[in-house]
Order: sequence, then structure tokens, then C-alpha cells
Amino acid sequence: MSSVADVVFYLFAAVLLIAATRVISVRNPVHAALFLVLTFFSAAGLFVLLGAEFLAAILVMVYMGAVAVLFLFVVMLLDVDFAALRRGARRHLPLGLVIGATILVEMGALLLAYHPATPTATGEEVANTLTLGRLLYTRYLYPFEIASLVLLLALVGAIVLTLRQRRVRRQCISLQVARTSAEAVTLKKVAPGEGA
Amino acid sequence: MSAVGLHHYLILGAMLFVVGLFGIFLNRKNVIIILMSIELILLAVNINFVAFSKYLGDATGQIFTFFVMAVAAAEAAIGLALLVAFFRTRATIDVEEIDSLKG
Repeated sequence: MSSVADVVFYLFAAVLLIAATRVISVRNPVHAALFLVLTFFSAAGLFVLLGAEFLAAILVMVYMGAVAVLFLFVVMLLDVDFAALRRGARRHLPLGLVIGATILVEMGALLLAYHPATPTATGEEVANTLTLGRLLYTRYLYPFEIASLVLLLALVGAIVLTLRQRRVRRQCISLQVARTSAEAVTLKKVAPGEGA
Repeated sequence: MSAVGLHHYLILGAMLFVVGLFGIFLNRKNVIIILMSIELILLAVNINFVAFSKYLGDATGQIFTFFVMAVAAAEAAIGLALLVAFFRTRATIDVEEIDSLKG
């Protein structure tokens, strides 16, 4: 059973390194973002092999679900000069299939190698998530709160950086109704032949 | 036990770190790829943390991976927001064009 785990480790490590190399070497940023997803998934598989199931789940949710999609959004939002992007999404289909199939094979291999009954190196019988939760809410409570503050700051900062004030004049009916002749009209005594 | 040990994971982390570092030098023009390379570097650090956490039997390494992930997510959000704001004003994301502070 340990040999299966070894094979799975080498498989995931190879996929991780190849995908990471492709991230930095492909021309199209969309492809780079897709390979980034594959890299993160392989790393999540390695985390499972290391007995860190909670971090693997977080990696899949936060990185593949949020950060990689954020990268994809920005790449597609910015109209940078990759005209290949506009020629149709069908060109990306083979790549997407390859990445999806690789992830599928990795998941199957992981199921073969992973035995949840294996005791962890700490010798404790409690689950990984429980261990992390206990630590996070007791000894590392203040760093945890500060991390949430950092995330809030990033949220506000991203909004402030990208918010655009539009100079559109809107009709405000209450202001129009509240206008009186005293402030709208001024009478001036104009002497003949001089002008206002 | 398994033949794959701490060293294997450390070597893997080092290789991933080098790949990320190399990506910064390889893509001098594209800020998006540079941000992705930074993510790769942080992932390499996370692999090291988790491997040490397993083989030293201390869950603190996984806690720190947690914080690294939070900071990396914030960094990606802020970096991409800066990128969008810069693209709006200059219509380019070429790093070599971003030299207004050079004087």
C-alpha cells in the first residue's frame, strides 16, 4: 500500500511541476490561468497525501474557486492584444479537456492511495479539521482575527482602487420643487446705455 | 513505512519555487503572469510548511499555511485591482511601461 502512495506522490509531483512550467511558458494568459488551476489541484492532492485534508479542501475552494477565477476574469476583462482569444472558445476546448481528464485521473489515483484510517504522525486520533480548529481558536486566535482584518482591508482596497466615479447629472425632483423664486431670479436695476 | 519522505517534499517545494522565480524573469512584460508566478512561489512555501508539519508532528505548520493562503488571496485581489486601475489609465500592462516614478 505504501508503494501505491509513492506512485501517487510521483504522479502528483510530476503533474504539479509540468503544470507550473506551463503556467510561466505559455503565451496565452487564459491557458496560464487554466494551468494554474491544475497546479493548485495537484498541490491539493499532495496535501491529502500529507494528511492535511482541511488545507486541501481550502486550497480547492479558495484557489481553484476564487483566485484562479479572479485571474481568468481579469485576463478576459483586460482587452490585451491576444487576438487568439477572440477567434472563438473552441480552440481552448482540447486544452480544457486535457486538464479536466488529468484532474479526473488524479482524483482516481488519490482514492486508490488514501487510507483515512491511517494514524497521523502526531499520534492523535482526532481529525485534521478538529486539530486545526482547536489551535486556530485558542492559541492562534489573535493572528486569526488579524488575518480576517487583512482580508477585509483587501476587499475595501480592491473596491476603492477600481471604483469609478461617473460624472452623470441626475435629475433631483425634490431640489427642483424646493427651488424658490428668491434664489432663482435676481432683479437688477440697469441704467440706460450701460448694460448689466 | 512509505519510501517518500520529507526530503521528497522539500525537493518538490524547491523545484516549484525555482519555477515560480524563473517565471518572474521569463515574463518581464506581462504583469498577470508575474502575479501567477508569485502564487506559485507561495504554493511552494505552503508545501514545505505542510510537509514539515507532517514529519515533525506539529500542526502549527498547517496553521501558518492558513495565514499564507489568506495573505496570498489578499495579494491577488489587490494586485489584480491595481492592474485593472493601471490598464484603465494607460491601456497597457507592460511592466516596462510602468516607469513614471523613474524621473
